[in-house]
Amino acid sequence: MANVPEDLHYSKDHEWVRVDGDQAIIGITDYAQNSLGDVVYVELPKVNDDFAANEAFGSVESVKAVSEVFTPVAGAVVQINETLADEPETVNSDSYGAGWMIRVKMSNPAEVDSLLTAAEYEDFTKAESE
Amino acid sequence: MLEAIGLGSAEELFDSIPQDLRLQRPLNTPAALSEIELLNTFEQMGARNAGARRICFLGGGAYSHYIPTIVDHILSRSEFFTAYTPYQPEISQGTLQTIFEFQTLVCQLTGMEVANASMYDGSTALAEAVLMAERVTKRSKVVASTAAHPQYLEVVRTYVQHAGIHLELVDFDEKTGQSTRALAEAIDDQTAALVVQSPNFFGCVEDLATLADAAHAKGALLVVAITEAISLGLLKSPGACGADIVVAEGQSFGVPLSFGGPYVGLFATREKYARQIPGRLVGEAYDKQGRRGFVLTLATREQHIRREKATSNICTNEGLIALAATVYLETMGRRGIQEVAQQCAQKAAYAAGRIARLDGYSLPFAGPVFNEFVVRAPRKAVELLARLGKEKGIDGGIALSRFMSDQPNDFLVCVTETNSREQIDALVEGLESL
Amino acid sequence: MTAITKVTTHISPNEQLIFERSQTGRIGYRLPALDVDEVELNIPAEFRRDDDLEGMPEVSEVDVIRHFVRMSTWNYSIDIGMYPLGSCTMKYNSRLNERVARIAGFANLHPLTDEQDAQGALQVIYELQQHLAEITGLPGVSLQPAAGAHGEMTGIMIIRAFLDARDGAAASQRRTMLIPDSAHGTNPASAHLSGFSVKTIRSTSEGLTDLDHLRELCAHGEVAGLMLTNPNTLGLFERNIKQICDIVHEAGGLVYMDGANMNALVGVARPGDMGVDVIHLNLHKTFSTPHGGGGPGCGPCCCTKELEPFLPVPRIGKSEDSSYRLDYEQPKSIGRVKAFFGNYGMMLRALSYTLTHGNDGLREATEAAVLNARYVAAGLVEDYEKPFTGSPMHEVVFTDKKQSRKGVHTLDIAKRLIDYGFHPMTIYFPLIVQGAMLIEPTESVGRQELDQFVAAMKSIASEAMEDPELVRNAPHSTRIGRLDEATAARKPVLRWKQADS
Repeated sequence: MANVPEDLHYSKDHEWVRVDGDQAIIGITDYAQNSLGDVVYVELPKVNDDFAANEAFGSVESVKAVSEVFTPVAGAVVQINETLADEPETVNSDSYGAGWMIRVKMSNPAEVDSLLTAAEYEDFTKAESE
Repeated sequence: MLEAIGLGSAEELFDSIPQDLRLQRPLNTPAALSEIELLNTFEQMGARNAGARRICFLGGGAYSHYIPTIVDHILSRSEFFTAYTPYQPEISQGTLQTIFEFQTLVCQLTGMEVANASMYDGSTALAEAVLMAERVTKRSKVVASTAAHPQYLEVVRTYVQHAGIHLELVDFDEKTGQSTRALAEAIDDQTAALVVQSPNFFGCVEDLATLADAAHAKGALLVVAITEAISLGLLKSPGACGADIVVAEGQSFGVPLSFGGPYVGLFATREKYARQIPGRLVGEAYDKQGRRGFVLTLATREQHIRREKATSNICTNEGLIALAATVYLETMGRRGIQEVAQQCAQKAAYAAGRIARLDGYSLPFAGPVFNEFVVRAPRKAVELLARLGKEKGIDGGIALSRFMSDQPNDFLVCVTETNSREQIDALVEGLESL
Repeated sequence: MTAITKVTTHISPNEQLIFERSQTGRIGYRLPALDVDEVELNIPAEFRRDDDLEGMPEVSEVDVIRHFVRMSTWNYSIDIGMYPLGSCTMKYNSRLNERVARIAGFANLHPLTDEQDAQGALQVIYELQQHLAEITGLPGVSLQPAAGAHGEMTGIMIIRAFLDARDGAAASQRRTMLIPDSAHGTNPASAHLSGFSVKTIRSTSEGLTDLDHLRELCAHGEVAGLMLTNPNTLGLFERNIKQICDIVHEAGGLVYMDGANMNALVGVARPGDMGVDVIHLNLHKTFSTPHGGGGPGCGPCCCTKELEPFLPVPRIGKSEDSSYRLDYEQPKSIGRVKAFFGNYGMMLRALSYTLTHGNDGLREATEAAVLNARYVAAGLVEDYEKPFTGSPMHEVVFTDKKQSRKGVHTLDIAKRLIDYGFHPMTIYFPLIVQGAMLIEPTESVGRQELDQFVAAMKSIASEAMEDPELVRNAPHSTRIGRLDEATAARKPVLRWKQADS
């Protein structure tokens, strides 16, 4: 059963958002990392890169697949998780914690409200697996 | 068997093909030939290729080197030539380990950090290097020297025509035969790559280190192309000169001339660009018991996963030819490659010296050469070479007028370790007599 | 370097890298002594190599032979047994073709030899062109592309050039290439190289192109063309092909056919008659040239008369006096796609194949290829899920649905098949079938071996039910087990390096 922390917001593309003031920390969910399999490489943007809501900011690669990762909220990148360069497997082992990918300064913090709650996301993934 | 699957005739196998699309007659191609007839047919066609029987001083992108006997023996082993792409590593370790060795040898010769499992040939490898430079730098201008092989430049043009890349050609120096300062000056902060061939089409060795500095000063990559790979046994590696991507034609490494193919493209670059490389890559891997093996890796760059966003559309490459090159390089080894290169250079120097002393003949380019050089004759090269071929049984060179229009008396001569002193003397005497 | 775990006590499976075998001072060659006076070369010191090729191996000839022969024993190959890789057409590689390719008159011929001294060589190209034109029903042929993907790129560039010439500035609105969701990855990659963007066409529940979706996509005027494989990658013949071509043509586009599956059509049906405008062939599939561990291939491009002017240069033609000539005067050509003429050695082999079989033989081969695939399909349909009811042509697709209930997946089935002495079929392609297993026996397999293959697959199906762990841990009989590909991709080691001293 995939892990879905209560205090986070979720997107239908399987990303999670943790709000920290006017900033958002973004990663992929436990469900996503499980579907991908062993992560071997994470492609991240540069600091100061700007993205619209639902725009792809990078990608996650396993041995046989590659998936784009989208930011659920618009904003500019203020920090990226550099440890993923050497330890991409952290995305598998700790997808909500040390496996975070980018931190953005949100250009429209209200966008968070239209994301899914933990319960809604859980229902969504249940429906997808059927 | 038809019975076993419930069909009455072979024709029924094709029921899903509409009647009006089915061929209602035999193919209009020849009837089957027996082995004897077939061999006769091909032997006769082979006999009509007078060029194959002549003493060869032809270069220009394909080279006549000696191929050790064991190369073909090893290539002919069923397990190598009737195997396919190593998709299932547990039963393809032979192929995978040999490719890993190939990748290593290419790195050692070119002085680069990572090499792929091969491209189709030097010309397409160069085209792919240009596309890669655009991906890496995100710039769309490429500057190239006209001293590169004309066919290579044509192929690059074909590949970039719809890629939004602007190719700018800069003329070489007619006195030295090398690229000029103008090549370095043409680079700006919109340039993705500077493309130079060394030794170039005229056989001249280019100053790669200076060109590397010029490219890097503007944030561009230096792409070096090599057509005569044996030159790597004597010349400083492009990697040591600062090249970012090195591509080469590997045909000189144990591959027969075979009228232009199959050959093998070498492709090498810096480790930091590994994920932008086109083509297949073999990497080391271990199983649960800690036993070492090899496996196709970083496949997410490739077309079967990335599809239209792949680093290239390449799938099948030149596996067996890469194997030939691997066997050749390992047989000749550290000493042999250098000795072959030395002999090529020495024999070329001898030939050039003797030809230059012939009345009316000169060497128009002053730059340093490896084993190819341009000769300026006192009359039209095309006719001269045709007579040399017919009357003396010697293919003395390639008339440059076949590629460029301004010097009808110039021709390109190539000398390798397979040309004995007698053959070189015969060439000189042949030219003298005509 | 850390100690590497030995495979067994026997030395052959433990054959190391050549660099690990290397011993200073060993040589494997002997050149004649230099027969000209040695002089100071006119190459400045800073242009010369100064590393003495450090790290390159030094071994004897015996070392080389043993090294490669041992490694060769680790490979499966067509000569050992059936190689049912769907979409790859692993048929017998005739030794006669190899002999032909080695005839000195061809092997020793330099590509820049003057035309009149290479007439036999040009004749081979010309004749093969003729045969391929007849087989495909498309008269314009170029043998220059070196592989299927290369031929694809060539064909799509031809389409682009044709449209640009036909429509002028308006062609810039036509930049969409339609590609089925079942297509091989090279298709969209090749489209991209020609500056096209890709739109995907759905397949029906029958596994065929959805005509309604096609019409919908063609309605907007931006369609440059359609890339289609026929039979498609599910092994099914697109029986509506004429209609498909009509729809695309009416919308102003052209039809490109990926000829990877020609082994189901040679002598039976011709793409040119179906309305296809341009096709690429894989000589290393349909025409038996050897796969060589990953090439060389040869990917000829065949097209209609209308598209001929756009083919790569040089064209090889016949003059009035019956001599063969190179024609560079093709101003509409898309240009060269490769130096010289293409993978010439493969053309020799393909012509030899065509002449060995003869026109009757070519058709018989097609019949046998389709029959064999049907036979295998019939043999396995009880034990594996066959997702499409249509009659397969030369290849058939199954899924792991029945076995996955027990936690056994396609990958496991493939690995277990190795223990039975067969090379696995193509797995996880096409992408539209979950857990796909694509089986193509080709005509080079007799009934006995097909029965053995079917028996092996049936046995694995039972094992999946009764002893799933056995299948999931396969292969058990190989030199090494499943490799940790994730670690290999995270920290790639792509070459041998000398250990630091």
